[in-house]
Amino acid sequence: MPFDAANLLPIVPEIVILVTACLVLVLDLYLSDRHKDLNHSLTLIGLLVALGLTGVVGGGEPQVVFDGNVIRDSITDLLRGAILIVSLLAFVYARPWLKDRDLFVGEFYVLGLFAVLGMLIMVSANNFLVIYLGLELQALSLYALVAFDRDSKKGAEAAMKYFVLGALGSGMLLYGVSMIYGATGSIEFGPVAQSVAEQGMDNQVLVFGVVFLVIGVGFKLGAVPFHMWVPDIYEGAPTPAVIMLGSAPKIAALALAVRMLIDGLQGIHADWQGMLLILAVLSMGLGNLVAIAQTNIKRMLAYSTISHVGFVLLGLLAGSAQGYAAATFYAIVYAVMAVGAFGILLIMSRKGFDVEHLDDLKGLNDRDSWYAAMMALMMFSMAGVPPTVGFIAKLLVLESVVRIDMVWLAVVAVIFSIIGAFYYLRVVKVIYFDKPAPDQPALVTSGGVRFAMSINGLSLLLLGVFPATLLAWCQAAFS
Amino acid sequence: MSDLPLLTLVIWLPIIGGIAVLASGDRAAEFSKRIALGFSIIVFVVSLGLWAGFDVGTAEMQFVERAVWIPSFDVYYSLGVDGISMPLIILTTFITIFVIIAGWDVITYKPSHYMAAFLIMEGLMVGVFSALDAILFYIFWEAMLIPMFIIIGVWGGPNRVYATIKFFLYTFFGSVFMLVALIYMYFQADSFSILDFHHLQLGMTAQSLIFVAFFLAFAVKVPMFPVHTWLPDAHVEAPTGGSVILAAIMLKIGGYGFLRFSLPITPDASASLDWIIIALSLIAVIYIGFVALVQQDMKKLIAYSSIAHMGFVTLGFFIVFTILRNPEVSGGAVMGIEGGMVQMISHGFISGALFLCVGVLYDRVHSREIADYGGVINTMPWFGAFVVYFAMANAGLPGTSGFVGEFMVILATFRADFWWALLAATTLILAAAFTLWMVKRVVFGEVRNEKVAALQDLNRREAFNLGVLAVAVLILGIWPAPLMEVMHASVENLVAHVSLCKLPDSESANCILQVPAVLSGLTGQP
Repeated sequence: MPFDAANLLPIVPEIVILVTACLVLVLDLYLSDRHKDLNHSLTLIGLLVALGLTGVVGGGEPQVVFDGNVIRDSITDLLRGAILIVSLLAFVYARPWLKDRDLFVGEFYVLGLFAVLGMLIMVSANNFLVIYLGLELQALSLYALVAFDRDSKKGAEAAMKYFVLGALGSGMLLYGVSMIYGATGSIEFGPVAQSVAEQGMDNQVLVFGVVFLVIGVGFKLGAVPFHMWVPDIYEGAPTPAVIMLGSAPKIAALALAVRMLIDGLQGIHADWQGMLLILAVLSMGLGNLVAIAQTNIKRMLAYSTISHVGFVLLGLLAGSAQGYAAATFYAIVYAVMAVGAFGILLIMSRKGFDVEHLDDLKGLNDRDSWYAAMMALMMFSMAGVPPTVGFIAKLLVLESVVRIDMVWLAVVAVIFSIIGAFYYLRVVKVIYFDKPAPDQPALVTSGGVRFAMSINGLSLLLLGVFPATLLAWCQAAFS
Repeated sequence: MSDLPLLTLVIWLPIIGGIAVLASGDRAAEFSKRIALGFSIIVFVVSLGLWAGFDVGTAEMQFVERAVWIPSFDVYYSLGVDGISMPLIILTTFITIFVIIAGWDVITYKPSHYMAAFLIMEGLMVGVFSALDAILFYIFWEAMLIPMFIIIGVWGGPNRVYATIKFFLYTFFGSVFMLVALIYMYFQADSFSILDFHHLQLGMTAQSLIFVAFFLAFAVKVPMFPVHTWLPDAHVEAPTGGSVILAAIMLKIGGYGFLRFSLPITPDASASLDWIIIALSLIAVIYIGFVALVQQDMKKLIAYSSIAHMGFVTLGFFIVFTILRNPEVSGGAVMGIEGGMVQMISHGFISGALFLCVGVLYDRVHSREIADYGGVINTMPWFGAFVVYFAMANAGLPGTSGFVGEFMVILATFRADFWWALLAATTLILAAAFTLWMVKRVVFGEVRNEKVAALQDLNRREAFNLGVLAVAVLILGIWPAPLMEVMHASVENLVAHVSLCKLPDSESANCILQVPAVLSGLTGQP
């Protein structure tokens, strides 16, 4: 195929991230320990430039380039922007933690940037193979990130688990893709969709393909019963790795589901709807119930992730443009909440002390009432209490299931969200109503972290009061 | 004057004030308290504009504001008041001033946060009363929980954490089902406007389910037996200001919900299930009255007394159907609802004042146990006088506001059924018994211990609070006419809505209520 420079334009953000990653990789070799901050600055600049370019090259008609392998449409623009912003926040929060522990090295940034690159590829993939490549790039970087603190036994164990189970999930996905290829003769979403619409579910191979695909997506999202890796990894991995893998990758996983199930297999929506229904109900139920029993806050947030995935699936299974938009809205909002919540844990940690248990948050209000207020906002938002955006997100997915006459499902969802409210409230209780342990030093944070956290927390309130713009973007992506 | 978006001001001024107080911080505590007081007074003055500009001749929504909020979802920032919500808004802005004053010296831990929480809550509560869009209503309704949760949890008593989590989860539990009902109705009415919901035709099954969803939300808030158990806990543990707001306003939001949603949207389900509410109301009046009698804790006693009095409110609201079913009696329906409304306003004053009284004692002795007091009148004569006065009002003494509402509800109940009325009227004995017995043990008798002997009488702030509330109770007691006049047109319109069968034509055979002649006056009929 002849090389066409115009092909490169839609993927400029990816190119920028790749260049930044390579730059950091090489530069890090020549930097003395005193100048390691350059890695950090360079990473942030790279993400910001990519964010700006996403805006510049985005908008307008969908563009399909590289012989149909890559697409840039309004979904790409939206999810790219969200991934870049959330990752930016994650890098900002992680820096003090790394510095305190003499882990402030270039590798963290290189791996993080490659993970971001993988996610960006996932959102702009137009066929099953490219999306798989993006997924693997992201996953491999994250496996390494989890094992990043090499002296940590728990970290190494978590990384091993993550790798084995992640590989299993990827294997399922790939197996499903190969069967779909066999059944439809294509790996590109457009032709697959066409072929699926024609043959329906009569083809046995296609049926198996879809089942394996849904399992793979379930693994990557962390939906019950494919959730086993989530709590262990969240608990075992160092918090900066958790913040990287618990926030933006959820958006990428949504992209995985959207691209494969909607772009590729919309024609047999009725058939995968039932599978997602089971995953959704189980995820909401198990996630919320088991989270109550947790005393480790990272583990609790892991189960909370699982329950939120259930809500995202509600939007997807609705099968309407409104439902997809609601799911996208939910996933983006969740990523913003998660990055903030883990950010607070990072802020509260210091050399030789990691926030692991609920009790470690005791009396945050007495130590720093601004951070306490931000964390309370995250928790109320996760619980879905207005006026935070978490409520709007829940409202939208509920609306989409009531729209398809599944009122019972909406009732199930709200019952589980009441149960969920309890453990989020417990965090607020610990922050506000309990007294801090006597020997706690004051919280020291840089202005940049405080600024980022303020933006992060207040955005939940702001989006809750003015959700129209983000919602309009989400809906535009599926209209 | 009329161009000012008054409702928006009354909602957002206190919220902005709350943020300002938060920003001012605790370094200059006196200064931030003054800001808080200033904002609460300004908001009250602004809200009086609603009363001044109110047209009593119509049941239409007034001071209407409407702006697109979430266009793709048909959600509007839509506000308006009628004769039912307007008095409640004024009650809210009025009571908040006393709450701010009552916390002035007593709150020493982060006072600016305390004041800010009450100001923000004031704005949210006004929002609940004035929202005409279901989602807007729901957002205000739920958001209200956050400041209250924090108030009880941070400034509350020893068992505050249990109480506040129970409070939050109970109310949250009640309201999420309402959310599903609201979304369901959105698809029926193709709009989130509450007034559009009023004109929906819904089948009996749908109506019943929606009725149950609303019932869960509002019964928890009111609170009705048997979902009342959060209230005594919350009241006992909450700081004085929190108790006042809970009793005076938050409970009224449940009653308001019945009037704004349950009755007009699901009249047929309400008519067929009204016996449940009447039975639960009577249980609240009688059983909870007895429970109040044996309380050892003053705040708990007043909390149970609140439940009993709110039982009267729900009785007044739902007695309507029995009256309407019986064509021989007429006119009682409006009286029942108006009686419930008057009872809500009056209970707002009286229970607020009683909790302030307990607060006065608690700040001095740090005990709420009745047994720790006795002979308070010897050392605090002014205070004693106020307590006796408010206790009399709580017992429904003619001449105080407590009498008017109870009397109207009992009168309306008599038109419906003699035996129900007889049961309801036992409150006149029970309320007198539990309130006056408490007064006897706390205020009168010998000085029991040295703590009581060392008591100081009311300071200026406390005297001001109780004095103003006493005047309000008296005025409403001897001259309730202005209040009735304000709500009359709206209540008549509500009764017209309630007496209209809203079942679809295919089910019209099941209509319990015949459409009476008052229908012609129904506003906004499609």
